Amino acid sequence: MSTSTIALVASRIRVEEKLLLESYAALGANVVRVDERDIALCIDRLDVNALNAALGGADAVHDRGIAFGTSLHLGCVLDAAGVVCVNSERVVRTCGDKARTTIALAAAGVPQPPTRLCFSTEQALAVLDNELGYPAVVKPVVGSWGRLVARLNDRHAAEAVFEDRETLGDWTHRSIYLQRYVAKPGRDVRVFVVGDEPIAAVFRTSEHWITNTARGGRTSRAPHDGVFGDVALAAARAVGGGIVAVDVVEDPHEGPLVLEVNHGMEFRNSIEPTGVDIPGAMAAFVLRCARAARERREEALCIGVEQ
Amino acid sequence: MTMTPASTTTATCPECDAAVAPPADPVCGEILACPSCGAELEVTGITPFAVAVAPELSEDWGE
Repeated sequence: MSTSTIALVASRIRVEEKLLLESYAALGANVVRVDERDIALCIDRLDVNALNAALGGADAVHDRGIAFGTSLHLGCVLDAAGVVCVNSERVVRTCGDKARTTIALAAAGVPQPPTRLCFSTEQALAVLDNELGYPAVVKPVVGSWGRLVARLNDRHAAEAVFEDRETLGDWTHRSIYLQRYVAKPGRDVRVFVVGDEPIAAVFRTSEHWITNTARGGRTSRAPHDGVFGDVALAAARAVGGGIVAVDVVEDPHEGPLVLEVNHGMEFRNSIEPTGVDIPGAMAAFVLRCARAARERREEALCIGVEQ
Repeated sequence: MTMTPASTTTATCPECDAAVAPPADPVCGEILACPSCGAELEVTGITPFAVAVAPELSEDWGE
């Protein structure tokens, strides 16, 4: 079997991307690094040859771009051209927007905290007063690393935050995403799902109610089987599969609830506590996707020759 | 994968003029912190080793 070629798309090479490059090398894969800042894509007519050239003739794309908008549009082009990309445009589109994620999880029956979407301050305040209660959490529909996530302890806090967002925010803040605050036990759980398998999980512990590692949360090993693995796998499937990190919170009454699903997961702080070769598993999965894509292409060519 | 050999030269931090040494197995696009001023730098060249101030955080960046 000939060696697969993977286009690793990333402009910003973090620890994660360096680890992935090492993993691909260890697996004997050819890797073409593509900096999205260096490519121009013809989209008024689909030029598959030019796209293949831009991707170094890769069998599949591993998108590690850090910008949601770029991944979204690159994914659109790749999808239209039939190029396999991990993660797919569907996964990126669904995970990159918290409202879309919530809707996808609900459609699949994945447990999550009570969540409301409003388009005016008046409705948002009414929902808090009459349905969700306080404290509650408001999150930007697009955003990561806990940025601009605010805990609303009372109506005064809510009024202040909504006024700030209305005055200073961009158009994405006009969609007000509200969630009931879950009194979690000082931690949440991040489950790494690769393909159809939860491969590792960490508790993220913090004295602060925001437990993101980007905000100082500490990681320790968590079980990735049992309820955490089950709910994470269901969430991953709900958004379209691929490679995702599912954030789960333990509600004292409801059990595990999914907060969000991340399509461009960071994992540097989770390798040591879990002892799991997360980048190795990711690279192996993308290579399997690449081989399957190549086999499909070769099969199609054979059919074409026979006809 | 093509690994570019590490340069023995150092680059100059565009913010504070301090010397910045290349990391092990540098890759274009890699993010470094200036050892002197802490500015976030992006590797823009390997041979010779070169850095630029890394792009600032954008609102849609994340996981």
